[in-house]
Amino acid sequence: MNWTLALPEIVLALSGLVILLAGVMQRRGQAFFSCAMMTLLALVVTGILVVFSPDGTGYSHIFINDGFARFMKVLSLTGAALSVVLSVGYAREMEIDKFEFPVLILFSTLGTMIMASSGNLMTLFVGLELSSLSIYILCAFARDRVTAAEAGLKYFVLGSLASGLLLYGISLAYGFAGTMEYAGLQQAVRGSAVLPAGLMVGIVFVLVGLCFKLSMVPFHMWTPDVYQGAPTSVTAYMAGAPKIAAFAVLLRVMAGPFGSMTPQWQLLIEVVSAASMVFGSLAAIPQGNIKRLMAYSSIGHMGYAMIGMAAGTAEGTRGTLVYLVTYLFMNVGAFAGIVAMRRRGRAVSQISDLSGLGRTDPGMALAMAVFMFSMAGAPPLAGFFGKLMVFYAAINAHLYALAAIGIVSSVIGAYYYIRIVKIMFFDAAAPALDRSPVSVSFVSVGMGLVTTFFVVGLGPVATAAQAAASALFR
Amino acid sequence: MHSAIEGIGLAPYLSIGAILLVLGVFGIFVNRKNVIIILMSIELILLSANINFVAFSAATGDLSGQVMTLFVLTIAAAESAIGLAIVTVYFRNRGSIEVDDITMMKG
Repeated sequence: MNWTLALPEIVLALSGLVILLAGVMQRRGQAFFSCAMMTLLALVVTGILVVFSPDGTGYSHIFINDGFARFMKVLSLTGAALSVVLSVGYAREMEIDKFEFPVLILFSTLGTMIMASSGNLMTLFVGLELSSLSIYILCAFARDRVTAAEAGLKYFVLGSLASGLLLYGISLAYGFAGTMEYAGLQQAVRGSAVLPAGLMVGIVFVLVGLCFKLSMVPFHMWTPDVYQGAPTSVTAYMAGAPKIAAFAVLLRVMAGPFGSMTPQWQLLIEVVSAASMVFGSLAAIPQGNIKRLMAYSSIGHMGYAMIGMAAGTAEGTRGTLVYLVTYLFMNVGAFAGIVAMRRRGRAVSQISDLSGLGRTDPGMALAMAVFMFSMAGAPPLAGFFGKLMVFYAAINAHLYALAAIGIVSSVIGAYYYIRIVKIMFFDAAAPALDRSPVSVSFVSVGMGLVTTFFVVGLGPVATAAQAAASALFR
Repeated sequence: MHSAIEGIGLAPYLSIGAILLVLGVFGIFVNRKNVIIILMSIELILLSANINFVAFSAATGDLSGQVMTLFVLTIAAAESAIGLAIVTVYFRNRGSIEVDDITMMKG
């Protein structure tokens, strides 16, 4: 058995345990910073190991490592590392600087990596739960704040319901296909002329569970409340790595085991994607709280990313992957801006708190403007290329209606993104915000540069995404 | 193990699983009283899937369903521990665990 296939996961899991031990041994005040740094180091080392990990399936077919898995793992590790950096300054100010915080992000990331590599519905479920359970705790981490506790409770209840439905779907798929392995499922689906109804119901349950984790309409109800209530650096994490992992699983399952029945599920995905795009852009308009606005915005973005999946082709998958890359960068950047929104030592999160930021803090205002324009899909910025690639794939797959809905809703969405820019630069100035911690400015500037000059890196990213997509459709 | 399934058939097992699932889902959405009841409903949903797994495993003679059940039991234990912890934190802040009170954030 080739155990080195899962070497990155093993290293990450062991370092999580070591960091936990190191945190217990240190004094209360200092443990957070050193544990955060060790977590960062572990994530970087794991990332390097992932890049150099070999192809293959191992552990009696429950674990797959291929170009696609590597792409998704690097992406979710990047998201996790950036959120840890954001947490360093933020957690101290929020008085949640306990050493368990980075360790929980580490274990959640481990779960997302296992999901990306799953070759069996069992691995999928265990990975998903490892990632979700850690996030439930992270949401309620600021335990003296009633909003955080409420966010944690809501996410726990609805997230567990989603896991339960997913598990029920897995049990039906297992029963009617006779196996939980993706390869076996693929054979069972290909071999039968008429699919058993139980298998169909099982697949729909699995889809529902994953759409819930992705906060697609109509399973989005939890998103705004949880995004608003959770500590901001946790929200930044939640909007990144777990969504990427859920997409990894969806793409792998839908292209592999259920790939031969694309016509049956395609309409379902199209409807979910269109509904998410339209809802995301319309519901965000009346929001006054920027974290809620980002929640609706992420619902919309997941809808756009799903266009590529609806296409059901390698080109569509490539579009989705590039979209996820651009989404990750501009999203973390925007959340860095939100983390920095503090006035006289207290976190503020109303959009009106940003008014006149162009005069009081031009650097931060410029960075926020870049992220907002990028999310709206304005040309030379990152967001434009992601949208371009998914729309292009949709048109090549003859999904004209879906592409049209996408373009219309991105025009509507541009309204609320650009409204923030208008508030920052043209409204009467509110009292200045506090100076942001160095780590937050670092992430903000870095992501701003990446978003602005994404066109330089577009070639390599698209090539990697192409290789990842073709690994899936082989 | 095989004979039990052969004597009764798969249908009763699947029916019980489905009934438990429906009970669990309704317990979450219809219940307006207490968060603890929601925790119990979540447990019911997971157990309904477990019954399916064991029944299918016995019917097909494939052991992986029973292995899955062990994993699910472990995860369910972790899940209810975390759920209870979050409910405790919520109660400390709010002084109540009525479902209708969980409305600080809206919109």
